[in-house]
Amino acid sequence: MLSQLTDRDWLWIAAEFYLVGFLIGVWSLMRGGKPSNVIMNAIIFAGYLIQLTGLYFRGMAVGGCPLGNTFELFQFTAWSATTLYLVVGVAFRSSILGFFTASLSATLTLTSLLIPAWDTTRRENIFGGNTWIEFHAAFALFSYGVFALLALTAAMLLLRNYSLKHKRLGGWFSFLPSIMDLDLISVRLLGTGVSIMTISLAVGSMYWIRDTESVNAFKLILTVAIWAAYALALSMRLRGKLISSRFAWTCIILFVIALASLGPVNSSRPPEPPAIGS
Amino acid sequence: MSASEEQRAGLFVLGATHHSAPLEVREKLSVSETANEQLHTKLSNLGTLREFSILNTCNRIEFYGVAETEETIHQIQRLFCEQQGFGEDEFEKIRLSVRDFDAVQHLLSVASGLDSQLIGETEIFGQIKDAYAQAQRRQSTGPVLNRVFQKAFHAAKHVRTNTAITSGQVSVANVAVDLANSIFGDLKDTRILLLGAGEIGEKTARAFQSRGAGSITVASRHLERAMNLASTLDATALPFELRDRHLADFDIIVCSTAAPGSIISVSAVKEALKSRSARPLFLIDLAVPRDIDFQVGDLPNTYLYNLDDLAAIAGENRSARESEIAKCQQIITERALTLWRQAETRLRR
Repeated sequence: MLSQLTDRDWLWIAAEFYLVGFLIGVWSLMRGGKPSNVIMNAIIFAGYLIQLTGLYFRGMAVGGCPLGNTFELFQFTAWSATTLYLVVGVAFRSSILGFFTASLSATLTLTSLLIPAWDTTRRENIFGGNTWIEFHAAFALFSYGVFALLALTAAMLLLRNYSLKHKRLGGWFSFLPSIMDLDLISVRLLGTGVSIMTISLAVGSMYWIRDTESVNAFKLILTVAIWAAYALALSMRLRGKLISSRFAWTCIILFVIALASLGPVNSSRPPEPPAIGS
Repeated sequence: MSASEEQRAGLFVLGATHHSAPLEVREKLSVSETANEQLHTKLSNLGTLREFSILNTCNRIEFYGVAETEETIHQIQRLFCEQQGFGEDEFEKIRLSVRDFDAVQHLLSVASGLDSQLIGETEIFGQIKDAYAQAQRRQSTGPVLNRVFQKAFHAAKHVRTNTAITSGQVSVANVAVDLANSIFGDLKDTRILLLGAGEIGEKTARAFQSRGAGSITVASRHLERAMNLASTLDATALPFELRDRHLADFDIIVCSTAAPGSIISVSAVKEALKSRSARPLFLIDLAVPRDIDFQVGDLPNTYLYNLDDLAAIAGENRSARESEIAKCQQIITERALTLWRQAETRLRR
């Protein structure tokens, strides 16, 4: 029976796991309790493995990293954010970050699945058989996953700041980590994201120099602008010029812009061939 | 009293607590370590007292035991009053005296913090454990008390885990420390400036110290008082006039002076924030009239709490605990019933 599942079926199941994580979190918080670390991490991990299976089948079908349309870009971003959460977030002693991660992954994966137009066509052979270009694209998307997790910790920082400023400390606000802990992890995520994106752009630029026609100006400007904005935010944060809620808002707004740019960047590529039938 | 009642061995609690005995009375009833030893020896010589344990805290003196007759309990009361030089008639007015199931239920309530002055406090649990351990060392416990105390510990843990009776701090000083945890996480690297050498400031500083806070500096308008308090707290003293210049060096500022107006202005905090990079600043104003300009709270990365704010949080936490009492009592009654049935069987042996 499992062998009859398509890649989209696997990705639907994964999205439902993330949704269950989100709903359990909401239920726990509404009852005045904290979502269980064990349950939340188990659900996220199960969703992650199932999503990995779906992406693997899609990758096998398309003969490379599945980054050929907006649907795949959203799925890969959600998967990257979950990967990072499972690597660093679990040690962050906050099941509420798990709840936020489940919410983000459910949103990204369900949105991509509920808009069929995003997956009707895809570009084939987008990397031209060049593994370095594939590496560049996968790394760039992975950095978006890091920025997604950063947006979550930034949102938590804003909520913690709000609760302390407005003296509303009860309920689920009490489950949020401290301001300093959230700030520290946010700075680390920002540094990681910028580093990964820098490597990705460095690899990409080497091929772009050889063939400047391979990437159109719109994609180039938008991608470099996002990288520059994140790098500037990191620089300002390290110099103490961008702190507290302004820093958090910047991280959230930049991620929204980065996410919104995925579609236009993808559609700015040359015309796409017909749909795949996986 | 019938002859059968007179002869029946029973579990009892005899004592006095904060519920009926005011502080000045409890002071007279408080048993010193030496007096405790003497009392223990005297009680051990009562042939009809099978088992006993003495719980002696600042809020209660209680004798838990298994007595063969009612007269035994009267003898304990007599011996205790004699030793403390306290009138038996007076003691009877404030006396707590319960038997059997009620005694079990009482122990479970006390161990769970339900009978405490500060509902839900957990210190009493440790005090009961100590009292029981002491009784065990002196071999004054037996099959009934061993069972009852051990099960009482389990029940208290169950109540604490499954209800919100211990959640949230209920004292102003501890609320302030909890808030600092919400801002800084671990407090070991935090630097605290105590402005004012009064009692409330000292209490708050001690609460910070008990939760592992880093260094403490004391500044007072009277340098000598600052130095005295600093030496008590193992802290350092700072001349009061230098407070603004050094504001940036501290993460937590606790103000409790009797100054007529504000001693920390918005401009001073703004200036301090410039050299603090991203590290937040937590200001606690325990003074009336207030020591800190209230507009400081509007500055970014700065958190200002005054006495009313902290008292309101403590009050909310207290209400939350009180709303859990019925749930706790239900658990305790269920457990006490089961435990009493087991104890009754042992009493008949």
